[in-house]
Amino acid sequence: MQFMLLFSRQGKLRLQKWYVPLCDKEKKKITRELVQTVLARKPKMCSFLEWRDLKIVYKRYASLYFCCAIEDQDNELITLEIIHRYVELLDKYFGSVCELDIIFNFEKAYFILDEFLLGGEAQETSKKNVLKAIEQADLLQENIDFQMRLFAEPE
Amino acid sequence: MALKIVKGSIDRMFDKNLQDLVRGIRNHKEDEAKYISTCIDEIKQELKQDNIAVKANAVCKLTYLQMLGYDVSWAAFNIVEVMSSSKFTYKRIGYLAASQCFHESTDVIMLTTNQIRKDLSSPNQYDTGVALTGLSCFVTPDLARDLANDIMTLMSHTKPYIRKKAVLIMYKVFLKYPESLRPAFPRLKEKLEDPDPGVQSAAVNVICELARRNPKNYLSLAPLFFKLMTSSTNNWVLIKIIKLFGALTPLEPRLGKKLIEPLTNLIHSTSAMSLLYECVNTVYIDVNTPPLPSLSLSLCLYLSLPPQLCVQKLRILIEDSDQNLKYLGLLAMSKILKTHPKSVQSHKDLILQCLDDKDESIRLRALDLLYGMVSKKNLMEIVKKLMLHVDKAEGTTYRDELLTKIIDICSQSNYQYITNFEWYISILVELTRLEGTRHGHLIASQMLDVAIRVKAIRGFAVAQMATLLDNAHLLTGNMQRMGICEVLYAAAWICGEFSEHLENPMQTLEAMLRPKVATLPGHIQAVYVQNAAKLFATVLKSQEGNTDSTAAQETSQLMIDRLPLFVQSANLEVQERASCILQLVKYIQKLQQKDVEVAEEVSALFAGELNPVAPKAQKKVPVPEGLDLDSWINEPPSESESEDEQPKAIFAKEEPKHSRPRREEVDEKELAKRREARKQEQANNPFYIKASPSSQKVYQEAPGVEHIPVVQIDLSVPLKVPGLPMSDQYVKLEEERRQKERAEKKKKEKKKRKEKRSGRGKKHDSGPESEEDITPAHQVDIVTEEMPEWSIITSYIFIKTKSYCVTVHVCSSRPLADSEKLPVRSHRAAEAPKSPTEDGDATSQEPKKKSSKEKREKKKDKDRDRKVRISTGLFLCLLGNHSHLILVSSGLPGINKCIQKSKLVFCFLPLTKVYDIQGNLQDGSQVVVSVIFENKCDSFLKSMEFNVLDSLNSKLQRPEGSGPHDGLTVPFQLPPGVSNEARFVFTVQSIIMPQKLKGTLTFIVKNEDSSTHEKLDFKLHFTCTSYLITTPCYSDAFAKLLESGDLKCSSVRLEGVNMPFHHLLARICFHHHFSVVERIDSCASMYSRSIQGHHVCLLVKTVSIDAKCDEPTLLGNVLDEIKQTFSQC
Repeated sequence: MQFMLLFSRQGKLRLQKWYVPLCDKEKKKITRELVQTVLARKPKMCSFLEWRDLKIVYKRYASLYFCCAIEDQDNELITLEIIHRYVELLDKYFGSVCELDIIFNFEKAYFILDEFLLGGEAQETSKKNVLKAIEQADLLQENIDFQMRLFAEPE
Repeated sequence: MALKIVKGSIDRMFDKNLQDLVRGIRNHKEDEAKYISTCIDEIKQELKQDNIAVKANAVCKLTYLQMLGYDVSWAAFNIVEVMSSSKFTYKRIGYLAASQCFHESTDVIMLTTNQIRKDLSSPNQYDTGVALTGLSCFVTPDLARDLANDIMTLMSHTKPYIRKKAVLIMYKVFLKYPESLRPAFPRLKEKLEDPDPGVQSAAVNVICELARRNPKNYLSLAPLFFKLMTSSTNNWVLIKIIKLFGALTPLEPRLGKKLIEPLTNLIHSTSAMSLLYECVNTVYIDVNTPPLPSLSLSLCLYLSLPPQLCVQKLRILIEDSDQNLKYLGLLAMSKILKTHPKSVQSHKDLILQCLDDKDESIRLRALDLLYGMVSKKNLMEIVKKLMLHVDKAEGTTYRDELLTKIIDICSQSNYQYITNFEWYISILVELTRLEGTRHGHLIASQMLDVAIRVKAIRGFAVAQMATLLDNAHLLTGNMQRMGICEVLYAAAWICGEFSEHLENPMQTLEAMLRPKVATLPGHIQAVYVQNAAKLFATVLKSQEGNTDSTAAQETSQLMIDRLPLFVQSANLEVQERASCILQLVKYIQKLQQKDVEVAEEVSALFAGELNPVAPKAQKKVPVPEGLDLDSWINEPPSESESEDEQPKAIFAKEEPKHSRPRREEVDEKELAKRREARKQEQANNPFYIKASPSSQKVYQEAPGVEHIPVVQIDLSVPLKVPGLPMSDQYVKLEEERRQKERAEKKKKEKKKRKEKRSGRGKKHDSGPESEEDITPAHQVDIVTEEMPEWSIITSYIFIKTKSYCVTVHVCSSRPLADSEKLPVRSHRAAEAPKSPTEDGDATSQEPKKKSSKEKREKKKDKDRDRKVRISTGLFLCLLGNHSHLILVSSGLPGINKCIQKSKLVFCFLPLTKVYDIQGNLQDGSQVVVSVIFENKCDSFLKSMEFNVLDSLNSKLQRPEGSGPHDGLTVPFQLPPGVSNEARFVFTVQSIIMPQKLKGTLTFIVKNEDSSTHEKLDFKLHFTCTSYLITTPCYSDAFAKLLESGDLKCSSVRLEGVNMPFHHLLARICFHHHFSVVERIDSCASMYSRSIQGHHVCLLVKTVSIDAKCDEPTLLGNVLDEIKQTFSQC
């Protein structure tokens, strides 16, 4: 996978993950073009399109579009599966996830994605394992936060 | 210290955190940029504080802003600071920010190396994990080099969580720092058998990706993967493994056989569509495009898996209600279509259904498929269906796409599938009714092309075009339909050029001179005016015969009345032509008043047939010696001059149409003179293709039409052009015609059968109509555009012998990409004269009962067949002073059985000859030698006679009635610097011995003042190797062959050969047309077959070759030739 984008129906970018090194300018250009192309498609159309030399796989969940770019030889259906699995993970983590969850906790959305995919490849196919890893890391974070707060409390 | 922290957190309470920032941005929709710039100022303040918590918060906000598109590269150092925090909370944020914001040119990355190394070795697995994740996004070659070792150690970490990540990130490291691959590979391989399934799957992932880039290094892992494939139940892993095998199989054909069973099982059993899709895709698609040229063997995988199985599975996908599956099914189908058109064609109904889908991308995919699925039988049906779609399609883009597809489908491979051109013309006419299309231009060029190339259709086409011209107002009425008025260009030209077919030329002439015409784009008006003059000539001719001369004078008067309108045209082209013709008509009128007969002379103005020339014909004309096309004629303009030139260029751009060549405005005398000269030239020029089609000559690029003022008239009349036949009726007619034909054929067959043996044998049902059975209603004057450039000269080797210089062209069978082509003129002359064999075959094989039509049809097929043969290509080489013909087939199945060729070039002075020898597999005794004669001297060569001294074994086939020693006349003459090809057929009795044939070529060299008789001796050398054909053979078949005991044994020692074993094998393959059956270390078995079907088997070791063949003499000679090959290196 080359990159993954999440954007709203209004075309606002909600999350971006690039697995190929590109400069900011190029990233912006690609994002703009792709968001336009995908939003222009009618709801009943299939989830795949050919774009430049890449294949784009996208799917809409509520008001959010999840959009992945894969190479010519990659499997479209498994990419769709990846998107779906990521949505399930978000759903499990946030508890019926909505767009606002991702906006306000965008770093969490990234952490989940990073546990699920690494360098563009699926690293963990078990949902349970991904969530376990995230929870434990969060626990670690909260412990520290908690200690910090204890420190700060006396005042 | 404590106070500081406390103070920090108090500050923090007043700071915005990420949520506040997001909320703030949402509340400031109107002045977002301003709000964000204040936020960035705050963030800058926060970053200046010592408190790491504040900094982390700031960095977190920056990451968000970066996503919104703001530049945060200035904070790169602060990000590194946060990354280095010992607290996991901050480290996590720091790494996230880095992975989002850093790229290869971020210079602070250098500072992170030690920090990352520390994190990688942290006792906390989450610290390590976070560092690995971050690294996967911003790893640079430097980082990869410095950290490769650390990551490699992590691959054996105790926690699977870390192992998994480390394995995956290794792929990125390999990409950035390839040197790390070799030391890390053994460990990576170990991970394939890791107890943790996640780690295992990660290793499969990485190796699969690596193997896609360079499969041959991973062949040794095949057994391991095979085990994984049969044991794993994880679809993610299975998909990767199948992909990996897709890359490996072309390199190791035996894998294919092994895979068939598990793959078939998977295809049948899996419920996961993604896995099924991967299986089908890999088996049929990836294998078809192997990275190596040795494709003949690798194809066995898909050859042995029946395509029906996959196509049926794809059908299930396409029938699914899920749009995605439908789309992918069609996509995969279109890939299978390329190799197995038959198995896809049976699903035509399904594909046609997809045209009704509401998803445009699915419709477009289906359209793509249709292109490859048409045949003579179903073309009309498919196009009819498409025409229905054109009518109801919404959106011009899709409609235009449909239109171009219809034309593409019909016109593909020289209108191969069109049996009735009347039908096609009516389809084109119907397409002109399309609203708002941009492709008027395309339709017009099709009309022109068909009318010019299909002579039989001209009468019909002219009638249709006349109706179109008559109803021109329907086409031009609306501004939106501007694109379509291009067809009038074609219509006017066809009516003018072929005016002799017009039923009522007078009416058409009037239609062409209507005042409304002046509203058309300039270039179309110009064609109108010119062709009105042609029509005028035709009308005059018909009227002058009559006793009443007034009619003719009235016609002239009509011209004189109407033409002034065009003389006033703003368009230079129109104006110029109109005024020229106007004056001419006035003069004619004067003559008419004196009762002088002028029609003959007027029509002479436009006499002569316009013959199309192949688009590439110009390339065939050699550049005269001493002419350098790239050199400047003048001194190149200096810098300053070109600047001055600039404004002029702008002016010129505004009116590009005026620069069209004024080729029609030459007076009669000049015209005749030129025509005469051209005829002369054509007669002598072997490059002139007598009837090769091209529309380019007559149809020129239309200039832009947008800015031409046109009166806009609202159309309320229906857009159907009255009086035009509908294409549908042709479908019916054609159906009837075919039925009739079939009935007749059956009758004939019945008769035949009756005559032969009445009553005996079962009645055979002739079954469904096959492609070949359909004969076109119109005999089409289609000659293939041009011989394909089947071989490209890639290198020259010059070897000087005693008296002459021999040039050997090493030809490659692979058609080269444009970029690879050397700028060398090919030796293949334009349309080669029909070879004697072909003419002979065509007549001798034809049962006499067949109609001449069918005969011609068959011949056409033959031509096509020959093209295939030619494209197989060949190699050749020169050994010592002897020129050996060496044949190497390209090994493509299906082509193998065709014909082998070889080619040598003798560079004589003044004549060059190239000869090809084709052995014919179907007829093991016939060899076609095609010779290219190239005249390298400055004189004209004529009366060439080719003669060969026949041996007992090989004879030159001479026409009936000529004696055994008569030469064959070469059917052309050669002007200086020109080459052409002639073919000669030899009958060869036995192929077991090499042979040399002596021959002579006599010719007359004609100079300006003298002509001399010259003679040239040559030798044709047929080696035994040249009768061998590379034929792939499987090891089990090979073993059976050896066991059969029918083969005689022989062996030869290779002395003084010190080359690597694989070079040795390659040499035998290349020079002697063997294919490797199996290779074990420094021992290999090889196989080849002769054109008469002898099997030749070799067992090659480094110093000797053991061989078996059912013909000992042939074997002996082949071995001698092999030995000679090696004695020369």
